[in-house]
Amino acid sequence: MQRVGVFVCWCGSNIAGTVDVQAVSEALKNEPGVVFSANYQYMCSQAGQEMIKTAVKEHHLTGIVVCSCSPRMHEATFRKTAVAAGLNPYMVEIANIREQCSWVHKDVTAGTEKAIILGKAAIAKVNLNTPLTPGESPVTKRALVIGGGIAGIQTALDIADAGFPVDVVEKQPTIGGKMAQLDKTFPTLDCAACILTPKMVDVAQNDKIRIFSYSEVTDVRGFVGNFDVTIKKKARFVKEDVCTGCGACVEKCPMKKIPNEFNLGMDNRHAIYIPFAQAVPKVATIDPDACNMLKNGKCGICSKVCAAGAIDYKQKDEIIEETYGAIVVATGFNPISMEKFDEYAYSQSKDVITSLEFERLTNAAGPTAGMLVRPSDGKHPHTLVFVQCVGSRCESCAEKGKEYCSKICCMYTAKHAMLTRDKYPDTEVYVFYVDVRTPGKNFDEFYRRAVEEYGVKYVKGMVGKIVPEGDKLKVQASDLIANKQLHLDADLVVLAAAIEPDHSARPLATMLTASMDTNDFFTEAHPKLRPVESPTAGVFLSGTCQGPKDIPETVSQAGAAASKVIGLLVKDKLTGNPCVAIANELTCNGCSSCERVCPYGAISYLDKEFRMPDRTTKIRRVASVNPAVCQGCGACTVACPSGAMDLNGFMNNQIMAEVDAICK
Amino acid sequence: MQVTEYKPLIVAFCCNWCSYAGADLAGNNRLAYPADVKIIRVPCSCRVNPTFILRAFQRGADGVIICGCHPGDCHYTSGNYYTRRRMATLFSMLDFLGIERERTRVEWVSAAEGAKFAATMNEFAQKVAALGENKRLEDLRCKK
Amino acid sequence: MKHNNDLREEILRMSGVDTAKCMKCGKCSATCPAYDEMEYHPHQFVGMVEIGEIEPLLSSESLYKCLSCFACVDRCPRGVAPAKVVEAVRLTAIRRQGANHMTANDVPLILETDTPPQLLVSAFRKYTK
Repeated sequence: MQRVGVFVCWCGSNIAGTVDVQAVSEALKNEPGVVFSANYQYMCSQAGQEMIKTAVKEHHLTGIVVCSCSPRMHEATFRKTAVAAGLNPYMVEIANIREQCSWVHKDVTAGTEKAIILGKAAIAKVNLNTPLTPGESPVTKRALVIGGGIAGIQTALDIADAGFPVDVVEKQPTIGGKMAQLDKTFPTLDCAACILTPKMVDVAQNDKIRIFSYSEVTDVRGFVGNFDVTIKKKARFVKEDVCTGCGACVEKCPMKKIPNEFNLGMDNRHAIYIPFAQAVPKVATIDPDACNMLKNGKCGICSKVCAAGAIDYKQKDEIIEETYGAIVVATGFNPISMEKFDEYAYSQSKDVITSLEFERLTNAAGPTAGMLVRPSDGKHPHTLVFVQCVGSRCESCAEKGKEYCSKICCMYTAKHAMLTRDKYPDTEVYVFYVDVRTPGKNFDEFYRRAVEEYGVKYVKGMVGKIVPEGDKLKVQASDLIANKQLHLDADLVVLAAAIEPDHSARPLATMLTASMDTNDFFTEAHPKLRPVESPTAGVFLSGTCQGPKDIPETVSQAGAAASKVIGLLVKDKLTGNPCVAIANELTCNGCSSCERVCPYGAISYLDKEFRMPDRTTKIRRVASVNPAVCQGCGACTVACPSGAMDLNGFMNNQIMAEVDAICK
Repeated sequence: MQVTEYKPLIVAFCCNWCSYAGADLAGNNRLAYPADVKIIRVPCSCRVNPTFILRAFQRGADGVIICGCHPGDCHYTSGNYYTRRRMATLFSMLDFLGIERERTRVEWVSAAEGAKFAATMNEFAQKVAALGENKRLEDLRCKK
Repeated sequence: MKHNNDLREEILRMSGVDTAKCMKCGKCSATCPAYDEMEYHPHQFVGMVEIGEIEPLLSSESLYKCLSCFACVDRCPRGVAPAKVVEAVRLTAIRRQGANHMTANDVPLILETDTPPQLLVSAFRKYTK
């Protein structure tokens, strides 16, 4: 039996004004377990806390009930007091007789009556309290960044800067991501490669950072502080530490008609290739689907010309297992497929391209060395039509487009239009828009400059259909301001395709038990206050995997994610919240109901040996809660059909006792 | 409005993150609601086991209300969705047992909705008071 | 301007269209093959019904210029279905006149052998009900 002390606070006149505190402390004196009851003007004051400490010593109290303001206000205060008095902090219960009693009721009789009942409920609960100790778990001081685009690069650099080792896993042969494919960046028009490649080199040269390129995460186990991750390093058939990146093999490779992914298939690469000049790591990779030597053992030229002897046709996929304290997801985005937008003739004409293809087309390192020409015939285009919101803000056509605004298209289209007019003043450039959305520093000024200084023709309206006819593209569009239907003969049409999360994100989210929204963007722990953390402890979000964003936003989010990771890794031990679920192994029947409702993946199953009454042993499957991962919501306690799941601090019998005390 | 003499007994389960804070806000703003409402704090509305509600009715509660974060705002991401489903089932069963629908309720109250909390409690208490005493599930053995 | 809310509700009910979903992109009018024939264009039908300005539409020839080809329905990114709005307004006009312009018996007389069946269906949709 507990020895409970009850302390009723007046809170000046805040409580005492509507609640007869004397009567409350008198009435609670005779409750089961109560051995001491008092009231005082301000329990939270130094003197009030001293009073509690003295009473604990004098009356050998094991539990404390404070009838005062909301536990959201002073629960922490009184828990500290309990610790100072030598009690477990979780032996304190608060009866909220201010916010939920004295402040909302005007009648003293009713207020006092209710205060007594709330006090009784708290006493009933504290009688069943047990001392709780938060679990501790060590922290592996190493971070994993999944995705090597600008988000992953920035996060890795910032974490490494704080002195922690970081591994970057990138599924492509090089880091750099989408930003490496861009030409210029809005609104300053500095060249993407010029600002990105030095960062890529920094990553390569940082001795705290390891790059696993051409690799994928295949399994994640464990929890915050200790994630056991399996990484598959795909065979690239070139020894990474030996290859010098000289490119001799690429030059001599006879298989040279492979569509070049980096240029979105607008030119060709060889079967052995280095994606682009500034690739990191600058190492060749053999495409096993294209290489004659790997397919049928006939060729081997690259091996002959490689002075360093880096080619290894027998290389196998390598499995790397490593432990990390924190994981940052930076899986990025892709433009959606345009195949289904047949009204825009994307699949019918080579001269209807996406904006990312346009980036490559105008990039000095691109397939045309930066010359803006039509992909079909290499001729210089005179009339260009840009179509915005292709697949974005698309509600009806879920199988075609996306319901959200892709956020970056308005700005990059303004950039494309402006750069085209700047470089080729003989062109006519039309931009068809639904809305022009340019919130951001210097963004609207940028868009207005495109219109006012560069003479880009912005037309409010959508393009309805595009029909290739001869070497022209017949564009039929509406001009809503002029209330006219326009018919244009365009040479090149650029579609601002919506962006979507990379397809690798969904299986990764399953591995991480991190939640996603219906669009496959990762969900943040709180949309305003915890935007770079996933609800799953130890998993952080960086860049467009969380939602569409531009480069400056991505970089700031990447830094924010890094600072959260550093804040985690700098700790030697993680102290958990002891109010977590616990499974009673004796009543658990291993049905998995709890596992299915757990939003954090905190529940796993063990095959445990039990001694039976007849001295035999039996192996049974029982639930086991990982206290480091459990957040204490209690969903599992209700799902459990056998009542084996319970929640520390809010045990079934405790809540039941409160119900009883209230309903008595 | 007709003043009902009957003082009902109402148990309110409030989630710690939204509704309990909303109730505190109602207090901060001195928004009155009947003293018949007694709040039990739970970490999340999904912690509310149907047996708690049955127990309350068994012990003579006249109404039970469960308050949680708005859908999509759950501190634990999906707890309130479980609540919504579980309670829909439970309440229809209670209805079958003769516990009127008006005696049970799930309401979403955010930490910023002190006014909504008070209004909800006022309305709920009034409805329950109008229904009068709940005897359907009351266990006489519990009466002293 | 006098807005007729009852009529608006009636048209929304008949068409099953939620005009509030329109984001005013104009893709319906951009895609419309009968655009130049029409005084009021598909996006205007949606916009004017939304604000309850229906009388001008009822007396406009545009009602009968719509081909009911449903290109706008197919391409609307918001699922608004402008052609269904046009159809509902047309139906309202026809009901007001108290009679259909054409009965099923009239059709064979004007049929030509190379009439596409789609046109027939459209014509029925347009002139009967």
